[in-house]
Amino acid sequence: MPTEATSAPPIRILVAKPGLDGHDRGAKVVAHALRDAGMEVIYSGLHQSVEEIVQAALQEGVDAIGLSIMSGAHLPICRRLFEVMRQQGLEGVAVVVGGVIPGQDIPALEEMGVDGVFPGGTPLEEIVRGVIQAVQAKRGS
Amino acid sequence: MGVAKYTKDDKDAIVEVELHSGIKIKPFYGPQDLEAVGFDYEKDLGDPGQYPFTRALHPQGYRSRAWTTRQYSGFGTPAETNQRWKLLLSQGQTGLNVAFDLPTQMGYDSDHPRAEGEVGRVGMAVDSLADFEIAFEGIDLTRIGSGLTINAIACIMLAMYEALARRRGVDLTRISATPQNDILKEIIGRGAWIFPVRPAVDLTCDVIEYATAQGKLPRCNPVSVCGYHIRESGATPAQEIAFAFGIAFAYLENVMARGYPAEAVVSRFSFNLNIFGNLWEQVAKFRAARKLWARLLRERYGVQNKKALFLRGLFGGGGFGLTKAQPMNNIVRGAYYALAAALGGAQTTALCSYDEAYTIPTETSALISLRTTQILMDEIGLRDTVDPLAGSYFMETLTKQMEEKILEEMERVEKWGGMVAAVESGEVQRLVSRQAYEWELDLARGERIKVGVNKYRDERGEAEVKLHHYDERSAEHQIKALKELKRSRSQKDVTRTLKELEAALKKKENLMPALVQCCLAYATVGEMAGVMRQELGEMQEPSIF
Repeated sequence: MPTEATSAPPIRILVAKPGLDGHDRGAKVVAHALRDAGMEVIYSGLHQSVEEIVQAALQEGVDAIGLSIMSGAHLPICRRLFEVMRQQGLEGVAVVVGGVIPGQDIPALEEMGVDGVFPGGTPLEEIVRGVIQAVQAKRGS
Repeated sequence: MGVAKYTKDDKDAIVEVELHSGIKIKPFYGPQDLEAVGFDYEKDLGDPGQYPFTRALHPQGYRSRAWTTRQYSGFGTPAETNQRWKLLLSQGQTGLNVAFDLPTQMGYDSDHPRAEGEVGRVGMAVDSLADFEIAFEGIDLTRIGSGLTINAIACIMLAMYEALARRRGVDLTRISATPQNDILKEIIGRGAWIFPVRPAVDLTCDVIEYATAQGKLPRCNPVSVCGYHIRESGATPAQEIAFAFGIAFAYLENVMARGYPAEAVVSRFSFNLNIFGNLWEQVAKFRAARKLWARLLRERYGVQNKKALFLRGLFGGGGFGLTKAQPMNNIVRGAYYALAAALGGAQTTALCSYDEAYTIPTETSALISLRTTQILMDEIGLRDTVDPLAGSYFMETLTKQMEEKILEEMERVEKWGGMVAAVESGEVQRLVSRQAYEWELDLARGERIKVGVNKYRDERGEAEVKLHHYDERSAEHQIKALKELKRSRSQKDVTRTLKELEAALKKKENLMPALVQCCLAYATVGEMAGVMRQELGEMQEPSIF
């Protein structure tokens, strides 16, 4: 598995803050960590609509979208994200979600198609590993 | 634990302790340490209630008055929120701290497309004065003070609070509200900003000018300067104070430039400061901050009136200190944070509840937080004597060292060209987000310890926590009420008052009088903020990566 990772181009990921919530410490910390792990990181800034996020993902040609959601609105936001991704024809892009996510909501997120959920307190290396795995799975498929 | 960085030998003995602010702690302290930092009782402490107020603002401290407790609270519709407030008040809470939902904080009505999924979620939905009338039903505005936790459009909410008092025929000189109204920290650390930095600062200052400098709402505290969220975003305790002071001075100077003496502007500023991590560092921080604030106001701005020199504060919260892992431990953390608030001389306190790493608090968890603060005041003896740590070789040395650190960090603010420029360019955001990342790396290396996170982990899976349930029917109910309001109000009055608001914006007048009229006409938050968006534009976030 590691040999695959070294031969592949660097992972491009859009770290995005959807919705109205403005707590961005977590998103910025994760963005730093992903960059230190060798990824190309684009940070969306705050208050992005799902449409804006999908648009940015298309324009930047990313391998993954990482959503940071602290408001509790992760279920409606993710549902909408996959809808818009389908409408816009954004395919083969991994979606991972972090933030204030109660464990009981993880199965519902995974069922929608989220490739990795990293609730608050997840160690950074676990997030980095999770993103790499999610992208590799998409690239392999 | 948690905040300080520890170097240990192979037998787990501590070799070095470095506080987050960068101060190294010695194994013990004695008279020679006080001498080394030039400690002087009269100059550095004074008796409680005496300048520079290091020990306390009032001679009798908590003997004369225990702290005010204000749990941050609000969810769903105004009616649901009213019930929660009444419960907290019936259980001995002495003030309110209003949580607004994100659409309200961002100036959108509940039926705006961007509000979808967010109405009533992290706070209560407020579309118009009709909602305030329901939320504050049965609450005596002359007896209960209310924090209004909103920033970008704090002016609208304070205007609405005034409109509520006017409708009820309550004397405006007797109502007490504290709009948070700190837009600079909002841009640094909490993110509910709307307008570009400079016009946004002008709005904050409109509230200060109207309420305090013009004396229209003399018992209101027009701003709560929040070092709190800057620290949550990665600042050290010394930076938390330095940046908060930099922000406070920016507001002070903005209003002074409108033709008021400093004393008339600053007399009712308040602060919201954070507590988590090392106990000693927090207590020293509050003592040093109280002293420095008084000294800087007197020396730099010539403020003489004793009460205008007071650093009044809500100390507490501690959200970043709480963990998702082993959430019940957060009850214990909250108790220690409250202890730090009491030892630090807080006027007001509020604690984050143990379940807030999951969602907003339940009734049970909110009550535990309230009881924690009550136990300190009524059972443990925190009211017995003022500033009990005074005179400790360690505490007095550390307080002097914190003072120096805060001054050092203030020089950084000056080099940036003041806090307005630093926020506009993103310098301060860049600094704290880098520090936040370094913090996580320290945690990963085990140099900072967080129980349940990187030490004493429990691998048996996530704890069962009974969580607050978000009821989507609240949003439907709110949107229906908004539609009914729009049918029943006088559209003519709404149009007229919104036109007057637009005119005030174009003439760059203080917006408060026009906003009060809009609120009285039941114009909605989205309508008022919409006019403001159209005239002021929206902020473009500086890129910090």
